[in-house]
Amino acid sequence: MTVFRDLSQHILDIAENSVTASATLLHIDIDENPVDDQLSIAIGDDGRGMDADMLRHIADPWVTTRTTRKVGLGIPFLKQTAEMCGGTFEITSALGQGTTTRATLQLSHIDRPPLGDLNGTLLCIIVGNPMIDLVYQHKVADRTFVLDTREFREILGPEVSLSDPEVFAFVRGTIGEGLASIGSEALP
Amino acid sequence: MKSLEELQKIKERALQRRKLSGEGSRARVVVAMGTCGIAAGARDTMTAILSELESRSITDVVVTQTGCIGLCEFEPIVQIQVGESDMVTYGKIDVGRVPELIDGHVVGGVPVAKWQVRK
Repeated sequence: MTVFRDLSQHILDIAENSVTASATLLHIDIDENPVDDQLSIAIGDDGRGMDADMLRHIADPWVTTRTTRKVGLGIPFLKQTAEMCGGTFEITSALGQGTTTRATLQLSHIDRPPLGDLNGTLLCIIVGNPMIDLVYQHKVADRTFVLDTREFREILGPEVSLSDPEVFAFVRGTIGEGLASIGSEALP
Repeated sequence: MKSLEELQKIKERALQRRKLSGEGSRARVVVAMGTCGIAAGARDTMTAILSELESRSITDVVVTQTGCIGLCEFEPIVQIQVGESDMVTYGKIDVGRVPELIDGHVVGGVPVAKWQVRK
């Protein structure tokens, strides 16, 4: 059941849940930790959250809030990938309190998908959702790359959008340089 | 290293361009980014669309995304609306189809009938 080629597709997919939950601020934290041989991914939002009953069933592939298709698959996919790679999976949420999804994977596990095109994932989230801000933090050993789209929007104001080609190129370049500067395995 | 001063200059250029051409937005492009879309390659389609617009220096097109629209078998799905005309839905738009789609519908203003799907 590996429909996604890389972990950054999982990240984009989980972030889509936040979009659907009307989030305005998204936090994505990634930690590539070679000492503990662990890769951690956390995606948190300030969306509408879930009640205890929904939360209990969320990793069940037959649960979805969507009406266009009857099966919700994104969360079970990530859960399965994490657990298959010697890791853990956890969602915390409460109504009105947002949702945080956390997955850990054994960094060196033979079946672990690569982080892959993280830059593409972040661009899709940033450009495709003009109403949502992203705070991105990525750690590799002792180096950290942080990106906060609120800083970009403060400069751009309401007149210039993040999908303006020159702005888009700037954001792509910033992410690429950031990922390279911390020595991430992800494609810059 | 990229700096926020650079972004400030980019903003000024964008505003200057807009003042000269009086441009509003010419078209809206929407990429479906549900689980089905992502699995079919919607992320690559979206970045290809942005790169295509960038390489043609097209600055008056808004690109956004939406969730699953219930046509999973036709993913990746792209919807294009030029001006006030009807939104057109396209199916199986992989990276290879992006240049012709942008050229035909966004630049030329004529829907690309062969990839159109009916909702």
